[in-house]
Amino acid sequence: MINFWGYSISETRSINYDKNDKAMTEYIAATVPSSKLCIGCGGCTAGCTAGNLTDFNIRKVQMLMKRGETKDAKEQLQKCMLCGKCMLVCPRGVETRKMILEMLNFIKTNQKLED
Amino acid sequence: MAKVIIIGGGPAGCEAAHQLANQGIEVELVEKSNETGGNLNNWYQLFPDRKYAKDLNAILKGHLEHPNIRLHLGMEPKKIEKSKTGKFNVPLTDGSLLEGDSLLVATGFKIFDARRKEEYGYGIYENVITSVELENMFYNHAITTAGGNTPKRVGIIHCVGSRDEKVCNYHCSKLCCITGVKQAIEIRELLPEAEIFCFYMDMRMFGPGYEEMYREAQEKYNIKFIRGRLSEAAENMQKQLQIKVEDTLVGKPLRMTLDMMILLVGMESSEGTRQTAGELGLNLAPNGFIQPQDPHYRNNFTNVEGVFVAGCGSAPMNLTDTLADARSAASCITAYVKNHKI
Ligand SMILES: Cc1cc2nc3c(=O)[nH]c(=O)nc-3n(C[C@H](O)[C@H](O)[C@H](O)COP(=O)(O)OP(=O)(O)OC[C@H]3O[C@@H](n4cnc5c(N)ncnc54)[C@H](O)[C@@H]3O)c2cc1C
Ligand code: SF4
Ligand code: SF4
Ligand code: SF4
Repeated sequence: MINFWGYSISETRSINYDKNDKAMTEYIAATVPSSKLCIGCGGCTAGCTAGNLTDFNIRKVQMLMKRGETKDAKEQLQKCMLCGKCMLVCPRGVETRKMILEMLNFIKTNQKLED
Repeated sequence: MAKVIIIGGGPAGCEAAHQLANQGIEVELVEKSNETGGNLNNWYQLFPDRKYAKDLNAILKGHLEHPNIRLHLGMEPKKIEKSKTGKFNVPLTDGSLLEGDSLLVATGFKIFDARRKEEYGYGIYENVITSVELENMFYNHAITTAGGNTPKRVGIIHCVGSRDEKVCNYHCSKLCCITGVKQAIEIRELLPEAEIFCFYMDMRMFGPGYEEMYREAQEKYNIKFIRGRLSEAAENMQKQLQIKVEDTLVGKPLRMTLDMMILLVGMESSEGTRQTAGELGLNLAPNGFIQPQDPHYRNNFTNVEGVFVAGCGSAPMNLTDTLADARSAASCITAYVKNHKI
């Protein structure tokens, strides 16, 4: 089938919340409770060292994770330099750096389990 | 003694009556239903402090037991006329005639009829209810679906009937955001296991303690907030709601199934407000509420001399602002009758 749109037609672009696996979402909410306070203002992304050099968007990665969209998280999070600048600007005190580390932890543990 | 006629015995009318009576002014308070308190009778616990609405109502009602106040319950003005001498003549539905030196319009607001937003399915799907009906469930300490089950996932929809050109309302009803936060917390208390979502366009936390309550809802009560406006809802075989929104902060459409959907219905000016304005020739703002003379220092004055407005007849406002507005109107009226040497 010819792909007219630049992305696969069979793979839906929308979030199917009912079907998505929320294991990481629950893990992060439990280990980094401050992450629940995010209001999506984008302060973290605006100042992000990595985000200014690549297409990495820490706010978006976080919000997608909360909807159970974790497919690209690992690849995305590799770009983070763990500098912690994002935490300095957050108006809601989200421990973004810790959250990133815990997301990476979760991915690592789950991969080990799979292997 | 000067005499003031107040139309509407909601929180605004009651508070103004009490303040005027304390100034030695005679008050005729006309309320069309059989009890005072207006929309306060519809709420269980109030934001921001979770006070029981009935306790506040009892205080307001208690103040009406004043020798200067005459209460006309279950009565409406048949018409309202201003004579050449500047007096107000108001015949009531029971045949009595009131005469006053000044008139206060405290006829309040009405709740948006959610049926007008057909794509949300209120009145069609059994598990779509309004924030007003939810208050009734709180009153009975039980939240169940129409089929009698405990909902596992609840969605609260902001801005129903407000900020929506499609239903001819440009205005923000101002109180539904904080009502949604308060109600989400109350749902959590009754349903500790449920997933609870608020779907909002903007979170408008304008009052003292409101933003703090929003934070608490996220952190302590684990309420999830998704920025996006509901486009439509459909019912499945299990009588659940399948909703479509865009999760605008990630830029993707989102689909989700809910066991119960709550519509945060907005506020419109009441029939009583429009009718009273019509009879007296009061200017209405484009949103249908009464237009005050000036938004800052003459917000209780109307375009007709001697006619004042207080409470939600002029705009959506919370109880703090409603009661303050009533006190402010009472002080304007007191000055008015004094200046006119009544
Ligand atoms: C869903 C929702 C929840 C809310 N919860 C809260 C809360 O928790 N805390 C808070 O601070 N505020 C809350 N509010 C706001 C609060 O209800 C209003 O601030 C308050 O009711 C306004 O009082 P009012 O007297 O101006 O109007 P109303 O309460 O509307 O009273 C108007 C009165 O006038 C009477 N009337 C109308 N027309 C006539 C007529 N022609 N003749 C005689 N009588 C007439 C009516 O019967 C009514 O009794 C809430 C509002 C909504 C929509
Ligand atoms: S810690 Fe990572 S996400 Fe935060 S500012 Fe630094 S590079 Fe960006
Ligand atoms: S700065 Fe904080 S509140 Fe704002 S998007 Fe980033 S994590 Fe969320
Ligand atoms: S207060 Fe909130 S829910 Fe109500 S109309 Fe305004 S923005 Fe919408």
